[in-house]
Amino acid sequence: MKVAVLSGKGGTGKTLVSVNLAAASAKATYIDCDVEEPNGNLFFKPEEICEEEIAVKIPKVNNELCTGCRKCVDFCKFNALAYIKNKLIIFDDVCHSCGGCSMLCPEKALTEEEKVVGKIQKGKSDQVTVYTGILNIGEATGIPIINRLLADNSVQEDKEIFIDCPPGSACIVMESIKDADYCILVAEPTLFGVHNLNMVYELVTLFNKPFGAVLNKCLEDENPAEKFCLQKNIKILARIPFDASLGALNSNAEIAVNESEVYKDLFSSLLEIVTKEAQNETATDS
Amino acid sequence: MKIAIPVDEGILESNVCISFGRTPYFLIYDTETKESVFIDNSAAASTGGAGIKAAQAIVDNKADALLTPRCGENAADVLKAAEIKIFKTTSESIKDNIDAFIEGKLSLLNEIHPGFHGHGGK
Repeated sequence: MKVAVLSGKGGTGKTLVSVNLAAASAKATYIDCDVEEPNGNLFFKPEEICEEEIAVKIPKVNNELCTGCRKCVDFCKFNALAYIKNKLIIFDDVCHSCGGCSMLCPEKALTEEEKVVGKIQKGKSDQVTVYTGILNIGEATGIPIINRLLADNSVQEDKEIFIDCPPGSACIVMESIKDADYCILVAEPTLFGVHNLNMVYELVTLFNKPFGAVLNKCLEDENPAEKFCLQKNIKILARIPFDASLGALNSNAEIAVNESEVYKDLFSSLLEIVTKEAQNETATDS
Repeated sequence: MKIAIPVDEGILESNVCISFGRTPYFLIYDTETKESVFIDNSAAASTGGAGIKAAQAIVDNKADALLTPRCGENAADVLKAAEIKIFKTTSESIKDNIDAFIEGKLSLLNEIHPGFHGHGGK
């Protein structure tokens, strides 16, 4: 079972939910796909870390062989190449590493070279296998890193896998949820929170993923996110209170389920509901 | 001397377009012959790298200078490699900017933005 945890903005509680679900599960894998600022490892403090560099392929030109036919310039849909003053200019950051230019070049003037964009770390924290994706600062996209993280975990059907997504609903999030069996949308009880919840709601609907919502930071006042869920008929999986003691645990990088009976119960029950929901969906799908 | 200007419509009475890479048209104006040629900006519909493609078109149309309200860094790199100078427009009117350029009243565009890359730009 693969469960993706996402939200339309940062700071709603994706990491709180995914870390605690993984800790509540007997034997789980936690994958931090928030590669621009991964922080799940702060809670798990994984040991026996193995590291792997992630590289993408970028074209390199041999200007002596280039005849200026511009086949590569015309081909590139991302306009990563320009031909100026009898010289080919390559924009590494714009390149999507499709390899088309070097394949097309009739003069074999273009070759590909590897460019490291980040790394993944794999470690153990008690019963939880912790994967962390880290994008190098200044790089345009973390998608190659997320691909590698998820490819590493593509065949472990029997395991419970929790994917901590990047915030928002852009390509990088789509990549993170594409293989998920179930999506958890984490929402805040504000109008801004509803706006962001709607973004990820539209995304998971578009991807035809089964999903439910976790309402975080719940106060006794009216909850606009709850109202939105009722309007859209979104199943509310859990309500996490706006609780100073939970905030303190989080700030000290403690995993709430390991420290508090209340939260152990809350996340165990959430895990049970999510497992049931995901299984139901699989049953109806087949 | 040929100058290029991103414009909203293919007529001289139109306005300077706020975007360089995704402008619908470019005006290529020859200051000697006073000839105006409007070209479609095929980069406007690009998935990405519109500034690079638009700058390539400016180079290919043999412009010596670009008059624009703003310009992204990738486009500026292409134009720099081609030794095309970028001047900052001072008003919306195409004609006023051409006149100001000829009179030497336009200054070089100093602020090159890091690009919008799908986040705004309007």
